[in-house]
Amino acid sequence: MAAVATAREGWLPRFRQKSVIPGFGLAFGYTLVYLGIIVLIPLGGLILRASGIGLSGLWNVATDPRVAGALKLSFGTALLAAVFAAVFGLLIAWVLTRYRFPGRRLIDAAVDLPFALPTAVAGIALSALYAQNGLIGSIFAPYGIKIAYTPVGIFIALVFVSVPFTVRTVQPLIAEIDREQEEASATLGASRAQTIWRVLLPPLIPAILTGLALAFARAVGEYGSVIFIAGNLPYISEIAPLLIVIKLEEFDYTGATAIATLMLAISFSILLLINLIQAWSRKRFGYV
Amino acid sequence: MSEHSSAPASIPADVSGTTGRAARHAVTTESRLVQGVALGIAFVFLALFLLLPLITVFLEAFKRGFDTYLAAFSEPDAQSAIRLTLTVAAIAVPLNLVFGVAASWAIAKFSFPGKSFLITLIDLPFSVSPVVSGLVFVLLFGAQGYFGPFLQAHNISIIFALPGIVIATVFVTFPFVARELIPLMQEQGNTDEEAALSLGASGFTTFRTVTLPNIRWGLLYGVLLCNARAMGEFGAVAVVSGHIRGLTNTMPLHIEILYNEYNIAAAFAVASLLALLALITLAAKSILEWRFADSLAGRGGH
Amino acid sequence: MVSRLTVFSRRGVLAMASAAAVVLAGLAGAAPAQAQTTLLNVSYDPTRELYRQINEVFQAKWKKDTGEDVVVRTSHGGSGGQANKVIEGLEADVVTLGIASDIDLIARETGLIPKDWREKLPNHGLPYTSTVVFVVRKGNPKNIRNWDDLVRDDVKIITPNPKTSAGGRWNFLSAWGFVLDHGGDDAKAREFVTKFYKNVPVLDPGARGSTISFAQRDLGDVLPAWENEAHLILSEFGAEKFDIVVPPFSISAEPPVALVVGNVDKKGTRKAAEAYLDFLYSPEAQTIIAKNWYRPSRPETVAAGGVPEFQKLKLFRAEDKFGDWATIQKRFFGESSVFDEISKAIAQK
Repeated sequence: MAAVATAREGWLPRFRQKSVIPGFGLAFGYTLVYLGIIVLIPLGGLILRASGIGLSGLWNVATDPRVAGALKLSFGTALLAAVFAAVFGLLIAWVLTRYRFPGRRLIDAAVDLPFALPTAVAGIALSALYAQNGLIGSIFAPYGIKIAYTPVGIFIALVFVSVPFTVRTVQPLIAEIDREQEEASATLGASRAQTIWRVLLPPLIPAILTGLALAFARAVGEYGSVIFIAGNLPYISEIAPLLIVIKLEEFDYTGATAIATLMLAISFSILLLINLIQAWSRKRFGYV
Repeated sequence: MSEHSSAPASIPADVSGTTGRAARHAVTTESRLVQGVALGIAFVFLALFLLLPLITVFLEAFKRGFDTYLAAFSEPDAQSAIRLTLTVAAIAVPLNLVFGVAASWAIAKFSFPGKSFLITLIDLPFSVSPVVSGLVFVLLFGAQGYFGPFLQAHNISIIFALPGIVIATVFVTFPFVARELIPLMQEQGNTDEEAALSLGASGFTTFRTVTLPNIRWGLLYGVLLCNARAMGEFGAVAVVSGHIRGLTNTMPLHIEILYNEYNIAAAFAVASLLALLALITLAAKSILEWRFADSLAGRGGH
Repeated sequence: MVSRLTVFSRRGVLAMASAAAVVLAGLAGAAPAQAQTTLLNVSYDPTRELYRQINEVFQAKWKKDTGEDVVVRTSHGGSGGQANKVIEGLEADVVTLGIASDIDLIARETGLIPKDWREKLPNHGLPYTSTVVFVVRKGNPKNIRNWDDLVRDDVKIITPNPKTSAGGRWNFLSAWGFVLDHGGDDAKAREFVTKFYKNVPVLDPGARGSTISFAQRDLGDVLPAWENEAHLILSEFGAEKFDIVVPPFSISAEPPVALVVGNVDKKGTRKAAEAYLDFLYSPEAQTIIAKNWYRPSRPETVAAGGVPEFQKLKLFRAEDKFGDWATIQKRFFGESSVFDEISKAIAQK
């Protein structure tokens, strides 16, 4: 470790721009080593394992009907939940920043609940609520509508985990909206709806998309809260992360690794997408 | 709390329509009716999706009376699960704290090529499925994994034992502190540190007496979130734990076990303890945001 | 300045490296350090209550006989998943799994268990057997009496995933065996079992999950369950809510036990582990086994009044109908097996 750092000292001054602040070698070296040990080597191990399967092998696993079904379900419900959460997240963020009402601060704090509440706790609570004999499930049960143990239950759990992402990404931007623009728009004869649609919404779009992407990334991989409320039926209510666990339990490492690699690739692409959105928005609107 | 960082001081607090009266009111906000409907929808949504599950935890926990509730914690297995959870958090959080400080120092105080790529890598554990986070360590350290034969030959157990749970937890909570500090330190710039250094302070003294006080609330904030996640992680830990009662069960895993033993009341009792932790975390976080808005980085995302 | 910085970094990195090393060493060391003998029994899903009782008695007995302290810990889950954990390094001293093929798998993959493990203990490693019976809602509203009632269109079945759960595999094999026994051939049996799984709304990974779905969440009309699990449901959730229907024909479910030789020799726990397994065949343990509604392999040793009234029914053994376990596992539950094809067929409808 020390050797690495001192070796770096030799070329680092050229690598980074000059600064009087000390500790770059230490901080940077430690960051890289720790990142390498905790994140890169383990993920590298996964990819190495996957490379043993080969691209055609990966493709075979991905197109296996059961795996394809699980991936479709995971992506479909995650996308739906993220979009749903994005719409309501925008509304909640707007209400929280623009309106004054009693208990606002409390509600604002509550938005972060899914960040802080362990997923397993959320899972058993949601399944107790939405089961046929649960508080909410029993309202729908007489009409033959089942929520828990169906894809609808998965959707609800994913909305739960998605909400904070979509609220928190747009909230600061709503707070920064320049009132002059609104007034100008109104002065020029635009109705309130037109002002919202034409003037206020466009600059928020990158943030909404970012929130949506973050929510989607989280929802696709979510396990703890879904596992208790999903029916876990192959092809119907079996999510991709559960299928990884099942493949592991079946001793099918190839399958587990392949699904995991696909999901990892997707996570990485989403992060990349978020960066692209932000770069685009910097160009288009001058800020993120 | 939205006055915190998200609402810069330049926006007057009264702007949302309580003063400014007629004309201004009309153009920069919606009609009373629309406001009411929007508020109503937001309330119902939050109540249904966020608050109701939380309330359910406590209702179910106390359904069979206070004695049953307490009994759930007098079980030796429950106590060892609580101990294990605390141990794991006590190791994982400081490790990520040190990393977070080092990473944000390197990233925020210096400019070098590939910085945004490095940040993306740090973010990666956020978007990786918890199950995959567990799986990668099984692939590495499991008996059939890359280091499996080596570990077995040296009689070191990682998977299905404490080290595996710690490593998986470190992985999933990896970005929390760093992500909180990087934007904060970037905002604060280098001037304070440069001044201290030019006055002859050493590197470490500068960090301790100048940087640390500047970032302490952001640091605390990151640690809070990191800790909440570390104590509550389920998916990754479920994959690497041997599910041995009284030995490798963390609180979330213990909840699952109780649930599977028809002990629903006890499962919710243990769950309520974690829910309480979540509430404390949120309260502390809100207080931090409210009181020390200036010394926290811009909220948003994580 | 530059030289001081270098020293600063080098010393800092060294300090951090050694701090990390201390933490990791502490972690690695913390796991194996144990004061007394600890046995790990890796078991399948529904035996949680059984082994809690057996362990208590065994620990007391061991203390009395040898003066030493022994702690028996258990890990429960779907049998297949549990086997896989042992293969991945979970250091079980004994395995008490739901089906023989899972122990075969450990033996084949790791060599920790000798291939002829069946011959090391009495009754082919079976301290008890069980069978599959039906748990139905009180009063049996759907009038379920036999296996062919399960495939009716108006019946919903709760059963675990046969890929991960031993109970799920026994249910599968029992349904298949029922058709063969009633004059059907393999094609008829496949059709029957396909209908069976078409009636399944929730496929949990372990038997316990299925019980929760059926009893706690009110899903389904019938739960084909381990006999012991069925009686546990009645005592846990109330006999006023459920009835047990014993079909006239079912499978002899055989959950075997084995010593994980490789692990006990490494850990030096062989003596206690062997004693633990032998203890399962002792009159005390056989009595506990019977009281928990497992069918003891030595009913004659059970203390008076200890054996409940096990209902008589025609039982068949899987190996008699389908061949050895390797064949059964591969044909019905392996990669691209019959179960995979059935799930696919159901999904495409």
